Amino acid sequence: MRLFYTVLFLLVPIVGVWTFAIADDYGWWFPENISSFGGEIDRLFDVIMYMVGFTFIATEVLLAWCILRYSDKSPGKADFSHGNHKLELLWTAVPALALLFIAFSQMGTWADIKYAGSFPDSEYSIDRPMAQVYASQFDWRVRYPDEEGNFEGTDVIESAFDFVVPVDTDVVFRLRSRDVLHSFFVPQLRLKQDAVPGMDIPVWFRAEKTGEYDIICAELCGWGHYKMAGRLRVLEPDDYDSWLAEQRVALYTNGTEDREDV
Amino acid sequence: MSSKPASARPLGLDPAGTVRADHDHHELGFIRKYIFSTDHKVIGLQFLFTGLFFLVIGGAMAMAIRWQLAYPWTEMPVIGKLLFPNTGAVISPEFYTVLFTMHGTVMIFFVIIPLLTGAFGNFLIPLMTGAPDMAFPKLNMFGYWAMVPAIVCAVMGFLAEGGAAAAGWTAYPPLSTVTSAAPGSLSGQTWWLMALFWVGVSSMMGAVNYATTIVKMRAPGMTMFRLPLTIWGLFISALLQLFALPVLTAATIMQLLDRVAGTGFFTPTNLLVNNMGPEIANQAAGGHPLLWQHLFWFYSHPAVYIMVLPAMGFASDILSVNARKPVFGYKPMVYSMSAIAGLGFVVWGHHMFTSGMNPAIGMSFMVMTMMIALPSAIKVFNWLGTLWGSRIRLTTPMLFSLGFVSMFIIGGLSGIWMASTPVDVYIHDTYIVVAHFHYVVFAGSVFAIFSAIHHWFPKMFGRLMNETLGRIHFVGTFILTNGVFYMMHQIGVAGLMRRTADPYAYETYAHLQPLNQLISYCAFGLFAWQIFFVVNFIHSMFWGKRVGRNPWKACTVEWDAPSPPGHGNFDRELAVHRGPYEYASPESEDDYLPQSQPV
Repeated sequence: MRLFYTVLFLLVPIVGVWTFAIADDYGWWFPENISSFGGEIDRLFDVIMYMVGFTFIATEVLLAWCILRYSDKSPGKADFSHGNHKLELLWTAVPALALLFIAFSQMGTWADIKYAGSFPDSEYSIDRPMAQVYASQFDWRVRYPDEEGNFEGTDVIESAFDFVVPVDTDVVFRLRSRDVLHSFFVPQLRLKQDAVPGMDIPVWFRAEKTGEYDIICAELCGWGHYKMAGRLRVLEPDDYDSWLAEQRVALYTNGTEDREDV
Repeated sequence: MSSKPASARPLGLDPAGTVRADHDHHELGFIRKYIFSTDHKVIGLQFLFTGLFFLVIGGAMAMAIRWQLAYPWTEMPVIGKLLFPNTGAVISPEFYTVLFTMHGTVMIFFVIIPLLTGAFGNFLIPLMTGAPDMAFPKLNMFGYWAMVPAIVCAVMGFLAEGGAAAAGWTAYPPLSTVTSAAPGSLSGQTWWLMALFWVGVSSMMGAVNYATTIVKMRAPGMTMFRLPLTIWGLFISALLQLFALPVLTAATIMQLLDRVAGTGFFTPTNLLVNNMGPEIANQAAGGHPLLWQHLFWFYSHPAVYIMVLPAMGFASDILSVNARKPVFGYKPMVYSMSAIAGLGFVVWGHHMFTSGMNPAIGMSFMVMTMMIALPSAIKVFNWLGTLWGSRIRLTTPMLFSLGFVSMFIIGGLSGIWMASTPVDVYIHDTYIVVAHFHYVVFAGSVFAIFSAIHHWFPKMFGRLMNETLGRIHFVGTFILTNGVFYMMHQIGVAGLMRRTADPYAYETYAHLQPLNQLISYCAFGLFAWQIFFVVNFIHSMFWGKRVGRNPWKACTVEWDAPSPPGHGNFDRELAVHRGPYEYASPESEDDYLPQSQPV
C-alpha cells in the first residue's frame, strides 16, 4: 500500500509540472501581450513561477519520499527529536531572503505602472487625458474631448462600447463609474483597474500592436456582469486621426439631415 | 518553565452548570441533554452536524455553478425542471450571481468557521486542556443557538422579493446598498446582512469562551507550552476573532443602515443606477465604496487565518500521532502561528491592489503579504521534519493530514503571485485566485476537517470509522480535488474572470470551454464521491467497532477520558507532567509517553 500512496502523492508534482509545461500549447496560458509594460509583468510572473516551482517540487517530492521511506512498518521507534535550531534558522532565513528579494524586485515595475510621477507626460497626461471612460450597468462609454481638450460642451464625442486608440502612443484616460463598481480589464494589455463611483482614476498604457481586443468587466456589477463587453481597437496613428475626424463630422451631421425642412 | 502543583483541582473558574463526573451525576431530560445542552461535547456535535449539512448545501450550489460554466444556458438534466421551472430548466443570469454569492457565504460562515471553531473548538478545547467543560457553558449554548436566526435569515433571503443576496460574498457597495442595482439587493441583501450579524454573534460568544477556557481552566501542570498545537491554533484564531470581528459587525451594521436608513456610509453622491438617478442621488451622500472594502477585508483577511490555523493544528497533532514522532520544532510552530495572526492584521490591502487605492499603500501591503508566506513556509518545513525519521502509520486520518500538507503547499505558494502587485494587476479576480483560495480552504481546511473527524470520531462516539471506506474516500477525494482546482491556475493565467456567467461570449475565453468542462466533470465526481464519507460516518456512528480510551496510542489528555466522555469529561484525577508529543521517548517502553502519565 505504501508504494500506492507514494505514487499518489508523487503524481501531484509530476502532473502539476506537466500541465504547466503543456499549457501554452493548448492556449491555457497568457494571451498575447500587446502593451509596453506587459512583458515586464509576464517576466515577474515567470520569476516567481520558477522560485515557487522549485519549492513546490522539492517539498512535494520530499513528502512522497517520507511516505515511501518511513511507512515500511520496520520495527523500533522513530527518532526521538524535538527539532533542530540550526535547521529552523536556515529554513527561516533562506525563505525570508527569497521573499524579500521577490518583494523588492516587484517594486520598480509597480511604481512604473501606477505611480502618478511615472505617468506619461507627452501628448496626453493626467491633466490632458486622451479620453474619459465611463462604466455603467452594463456598458462602456468612451468620451473624447473637443479640439480644445474640453470634456464639457456639445463637441464632445461619445463612443459606445468602442475604445479606439492609436498604436505606439502613450495613452492616458480617466476611468469613472456612473453606478456600481466595475473594472476595466484588457487581458492583452495586462491592465486592470476598478472603476469606482465617486473617483476619477487616471490610467495609462501603450499598445504596441494594432488589432481588436476584448474589454472585459472584471468586477461584479450585477446580473449582466458577464456580458459587459467592450472593444479596444488599436489603430495606426493615421487611421486613428481619420477615425476621430469622421466622428467630429458625424457629430454635426448625424440626425441633422432631416432638420432642413423644419 | 513554571509548573503548577500536581495535586490541585483545575484552576480558575468553577463553571456554572458543570458537574464532576465522579459524583453528583444527575440525569438531564432529553431536551436539556441534546437540544438546549450546556455540555461542550453536545454543542460541538451540534455544530458538527449543522456544518456538515451546510457543506452539502454549499457543495450543491458549487455543482450548479460548475454546470453553468461547462454548459452555459443549457437545460440542467434531471433536476433542472424541478429547480428552475420558470426559466426552462436553465440557470438565469440573476440566479447565477445568487449562486456564487451564497456558495461563498454558506461555505465560509456556515461550514468552515462553524466546523473548525464551533465543532472542534467546542469538542476539543476542554478535553485537550483537561477541563471539565467550557468556562461559560450557557454562553456556549447561546453561541450555537445564535446560528438559528442566522440560518433563518439566510433562508429568508431566498424567499424574499428579488431573491437572495447577489452582490458576491464580499457584498461590495454600491451594488449591495442601492436597491435598484440588482434583484438580490432589493431585500435579499438585508437578510444577508442580518444573517452575517448573527453568525458574528455566534462566533464572538464562542471566541470569548475558547480564549477564557484555554487561559483559565487548564488541568494542573498543563502550562501554555504543553498545550497541543490544535489548542494553540484554536486559541490564536479565537484571539483573531475577538479583535477582528467587531470591525465586520460594525461594517455590516453600517451597510444595513445604508440600506434601510439612507445613511450613505458607502454610497457616493450623484449615482445614476438603472437610470433612476435623482432619487438615489438624494438618498445617499458623501460615502465611499472603498471604506467598505477596507472594513470588510480588515475582518475577512484575518478570517482566512481563522479558517486555516485550527486546521494546521489538527494536521500537526495527527501527523505526530501517526508518525509516532514528536512534532518537529514545537515552539517555532507556535511562534509561526502567532506571526501569521499578527501579520494577518496588516495584509488586508492585498485584496485591493486594483481598487483605486493609493499605489504607495499597495506597495507596503505587498511587502507584508510576502512576509506572511514565511511562517507558512516554516510550518511546512516543520511538518516534513516531523515525518523525517518517523514510523508512519498510514491510517485514514494520517492520509488526510498528508493530503492537507501536500495541497496546502500549493495554496500557500500560489499566494506569492497574488502578493506581487504588478502581477496581481493581471491575475486579480481571475481563476488563479479561485484556485489559490480553494487550495487553502477546501483542499487545506476541509481535508484537515476530514482528518480530524476520522481521528476524534472514537472520542465523539466511542467507535472507529471504517478504514476501508475511509481510504476509498480519501483517494477519490484527493485525485478529484486536484482535478477540480489545479487546472484553474492555468485558465486563470489565460485571464479567465471569476463570477462570469458565460465567459465564452468573449473571444479571449472561447477556447477555454473544453477545459472548464473537464473541471466540471471532476467537480461532479468529487461531490458524488462524498457518499463514501456519508455512509461511513452514519454507519460507524451506530455500528462501528467499539474502542477504549486511547485507540491511536496518543499522548494528549483527551485520550485519558472515557470514549465518549461523560458529563464533566474526566473520571479520574488528571495532572499533566510533560509536553504533548512524547512519541518514541526513550523513557517509555512503549513508543509513547502520555502527558498524564506520572514520572
